[in-house]
Amino acid sequence: MSEEAKARIIEWVKQQKKTKHYFNDLCKAVPEIKMMQAKKIINELVNEGRLKYWSSGSTTMYMLPGQDDVAKEEKGMN
Amino acid sequence: MALKFKTPMLDELEKGPWPSFVTDVKRMAARKPACEDWLGLMEMSYEHKEGHWKHGGIVGVFGYGGGVIGRYCDRPDLFPNVAHFHTMRVNQPASKFYNTDVLRKLCDMWDRRGSGLTNMHGSTGDIILLGTTTDQLEPVFYELTHDFGMDLGGSGSNLRTPEGCVGMARCEWSCIDTQALIYDLTMEYQDALHRPMFPYKFKFKASGCACDCVAAIARADCSIIGTWRDNIRIDQEAVRAYANGELVPQAGAHGSEKYKLDIKAEVVDLCPTRCMEWDGKNLKIWDEDCTRCMHCIRVMPRALRPGLDTGATILVGAKAPILEGAQLSSVVIPFMKMEPPYEEFKGFVEKMWDLWMEEGKNRERLGELIQRMGLREFLKACELTPDPRMVNTPRFNPYIFYDPAEVPGGWERDLKDFRSRHQA
Repeated sequence: MSEEAKARIIEWVKQQKKTKHYFNDLCKAVPEIKMMQAKKIINELVNEGRLKYWSSGSTTMYMLPGQDDVAKEEKGMN
Repeated sequence: MALKFKTPMLDELEKGPWPSFVTDVKRMAARKPACEDWLGLMEMSYEHKEGHWKHGGIVGVFGYGGGVIGRYCDRPDLFPNVAHFHTMRVNQPASKFYNTDVLRKLCDMWDRRGSGLTNMHGSTGDIILLGTTTDQLEPVFYELTHDFGMDLGGSGSNLRTPEGCVGMARCEWSCIDTQALIYDLTMEYQDALHRPMFPYKFKFKASGCACDCVAAIARADCSIIGTWRDNIRIDQEAVRAYANGELVPQAGAHGSEKYKLDIKAEVVDLCPTRCMEWDGKNLKIWDEDCTRCMHCIRVMPRALRPGLDTGATILVGAKAPILEGAQLSSVVIPFMKMEPPYEEFKGFVEKMWDLWMEEGKNRERLGELIQRMGLREFLKACELTPDPRMVNTPRFNPYIFYDPAEVPGGWERDLKDFRSRHQA
């Protein structure tokens, strides 16, 4: 169940035009799963490196690794 | 020391009798190139009347979704030493008690691994370490957790670092042990603090009494404010001593001179519920009408003290303006005992979070959700019973909306007929 849900979340993210997504939006990929449970699944995706946190400082969003412009710029700086 | 950049506008901020952050940063600039560049960047921002910081990013430490706020300068070509200037939030000890040894270690570590600039403390209460580079984040985190026994605080859509007033450690008025409560909540909700799951930020703040020294009622999504449900303790001898000018009113907060306190004008007439009477010899309080605002106790601390049956009032929904205007918290639990392990309180918190996570829109604070769906729906979801104490002025606004399902016998009404006479 968890693996299948993870795959659906990643697939959903890949299909979106936007690169950053709110937690609530990711949950749309797995509407039958309660938010608390979805949180655990999404955290596993982060720990596995399949999703990344993006934070403005006040809000946290999720994205696929390597999509962040700042990350790319920063790579150029180092 | 001559600075690399001229800073005429920043220099203006050093004038006047107040301490200046510019002076502090200049002092650090002598040994920290990042501080020197920071001054140059700020001067340029003042000149352009535009900010030159980009905020946000994927920086963080492994396993945590908060505690690090990515900051980048948009002119790294001119100011390479502040190309990365990330902020780290460190969870402060409950009520901000630490010894100088910890503070020295913390500052030494930040001198080595960051800009040396700190903000003690941020408005969430955290220790704010300002300005470091991405490669220093994990080493800082390692030192904090392994050498200092400290942890990162909350940022982003996390539970933010819970904060409490000084509490029973130094305050005789504290009706709850805010330090114990804040420590317990911090440990219990570690997952919510470090791994984001909410639609937006969520703050707990605990004050030991209605003086509310951490301004919980104005800032916290869930404010925990100490109160009591028995009677104010009165020492009539001390009341008379205040009236005769033998004691300094307000515990000296407005001057240390003794003067004859006009108890009628300064205490009785300023009581918001007018529940007191002073006949020149004795002070009478009708405790059933008292809202525990603490005014009389603050004016005559030697004569009046909070009761002994203590606990907390739980309020929800305060916030600063972003989506909607600023809001104060509303009472949802007028009185709750606050003793470890705080199971009743945590049961309420989890119901509240379930509702907010399921129903909250992106970047919608709990108070905004309640405003959108109505307090009645919130109370239902949290299995709380409505109470007149949840109404701001129940004696002036007796409007009560009854739900037919909740009234024995119920009733039926013809909505179509009603609407034929009343527009929606």
